[in-house]
Amino acid sequence: MSIKKFVVACFDDEQVLFPAVKKVRAAGYKIYDIYTPMPIHGLDKAMGLRDTSLHTAGFIYGITGTATALGGIGYVFTYDWPINFGGKPHFALPAWIPITFELTVLFASVGMVLTFCYLCQMAPFVKKHHFHMRATDDLFVMVIECTSKTNEAEVVRFLESIGSKETSVQEAETGWWLGRYDKESKPFEHKESALA
Amino acid sequence: MALLKYESQVRPPLVAGDKSYHQITEDIVRPIETSPSKLWWTGFLISLALLGFGIFSITREVIYGTGQWNLNKTIGWGWDITNFVWWIGIGHAGTLISAILLLFRQGWRTGVNRAAEAMTIFAVICAGQFPIWHMGRVWLAFFVLPYPNTRGVLWPNFNSALLWDVFAISTYFTVSLLFWYCGLLPDLATIRDRAKLKWRKLFYGVASFGWSGSTKHWQRHEALSLVLAGLSTPLVLSVHTIVSFDFATSVVPGWHTTIFPPYFVAGAVFSGFAMVQSLLIVTRKVLKLEEYITLEHIDVMNKIIVLTGSIVGCAYLTELFVSWYSQNKFEGWAFMQNRLNAFSPLGWSYYIMMGCNVISPQIFWFRKLRRNITVTFFMSVIVNIGMWFERFVIIVTSVYRDYLPSSWSTYYSPSIYEVGFYLGTFGLFFTCYFLFSKFFPVIAIAEIKHILKKSGENYKEKMGEAEKETAEEFAHEFEHAH
Repeated sequence: MSIKKFVVACFDDEQVLFPAVKKVRAAGYKIYDIYTPMPIHGLDKAMGLRDTSLHTAGFIYGITGTATALGGIGYVFTYDWPINFGGKPHFALPAWIPITFELTVLFASVGMVLTFCYLCQMAPFVKKHHFHMRATDDLFVMVIECTSKTNEAEVVRFLESIGSKETSVQEAETGWWLGRYDKESKPFEHKESALA
Repeated sequence: MALLKYESQVRPPLVAGDKSYHQITEDIVRPIETSPSKLWWTGFLISLALLGFGIFSITREVIYGTGQWNLNKTIGWGWDITNFVWWIGIGHAGTLISAILLLFRQGWRTGVNRAAEAMTIFAVICAGQFPIWHMGRVWLAFFVLPYPNTRGVLWPNFNSALLWDVFAISTYFTVSLLFWYCGLLPDLATIRDRAKLKWRKLFYGVASFGWSGSTKHWQRHEALSLVLAGLSTPLVLSVHTIVSFDFATSVVPGWHTTIFPPYFVAGAVFSGFAMVQSLLIVTRKVLKLEEYITLEHIDVMNKIIVLTGSIVGCAYLTELFVSWYSQNKFEGWAFMQNRLNAFSPLGWSYYIMMGCNVISPQIFWFRKLRRNITVTFFMSVIVNIGMWFERFVIIVTSVYRDYLPSSWSTYYSPSIYEVGFYLGTFGLFFTCYFLFSKFFPVIAIAEIKHILKKSGENYKEKMGEAEKETAEEFAHEFEHAH
């Protein structure tokens, strides 16, 4: 993880925010993230974020549930312990549909929620840097990542000119919580030097 | 001025008053940040007392067995399963509101979905108690779960409707809980970020999982909500369908009916909405949320009540017709003698059911009555009484006088412990609901903010003005062009 500098701009209206996002991107600044109190439809597209693949994950989990149910019941009723119910076939698919359906839904839902939490790095006791406390109340907080070449004062002036109500420069730690490192921290280099 | 969001002026506003994003936060978080009123404490303590009585009744049942209840040779299912089906039916409105209405893009659901979902979860918890404790030897309840075991590898019967129920209800509970909690995350973060007290910061900090409101997270959150809604929609319909299979797959006259699944689902939605009305009419008044749960919301829910009540009525008449049309003696006995005959021992329960579920909700054809809060509250209680009697009629009147007159039961009435168990689930339900209304936002803050600029009263007024302006501009341009 590395400590980085961010310029934080607060907007109080999404009708100002949308053109501002366009202008910031046109000016070539890198939007680190925008924090909003509610979902803003179209903002992800405006920021150039790719669509989420959570649906695909959900589908895969669902299929896993279907397979588990059919495989499990099939194994029990045709191989492990076949029971004769009035001469009906052991492979009684119609009677298995309710449980198969329920397990499909259960696997898909639980799997998707866990994946959602993993991708968003969310869990109880996770501490994060919150750029502005009102981002969950009534402000739309745009955060721009600075590099060594960025002139922060210039970025602040630019953001104010496009409608930011409150602008500040903050330092915060970036990165993932599970086993991913930013290039700057270079954990492997340290390891090599230690070995040598 | 270009409008980002537009909604027709014909649609009434869903958020009344002059609201801003911040005002919405203030209004909804207020009850959480202030100490509870005397009314809250009174209600909470009464609920706790009821819960205590329930625990006492259940303890008796565990020690002495189900003989503590007045079940007998033909009535193996009495109050317990009646209450089970009643509670599970109530637990249908929440997910219907949050899932099906999300798919149908109904804006009004945002005002009521959070409380309705919470109600669903608590109702399902209450419902689950009945089949579990009815097992008698409750410490062996895990026998219903399929897992490789040392009992001679004894598997449950996957072809049985009762096992389907185990899966349906546990899945329904899990998915409803996840759906509800995922929706809560952003709102808990809102409370965390404005918290001043240390315990509140800690509690909501842990509970909100570190939610930040990042656009990427919102994007995933929206995708998750949509897929969960898509999954919950067939799920909510499947749960009561499977509950109805508990009866419909048997060969008991009065239960052995193919119309049970749609009939049960309609009844579940009917009673669920009635319970939502009862709870929200009180909640909006006590927590001063009348601007978010408006007369519009009450009106719309009453329309659903009259629709589903009529579907249920249609099902009752169909059942009667088919029992006559089949010319089957046993079906005829179950319907014409045990139910329709007002002078049979339990015939009265059939008429309570008909009166409460089919006839009385018809008053909601009148707009004035739909928008009358007192009438709505009264009706919501009547509907739930009626729906309790529906399950009682189905379960008890079908079995209390069966094929063998020598085994006909004496008049079935519950023991004090059966009633105590039922009251205990009320205690459990309301204890949970009181705690929920104190510690969690009863209205989805982020979702209300999402619809504010489209359906807020103040914004709709502006929309109306903009609409007039553009019409004039258009007329002006049109004149010039020709």
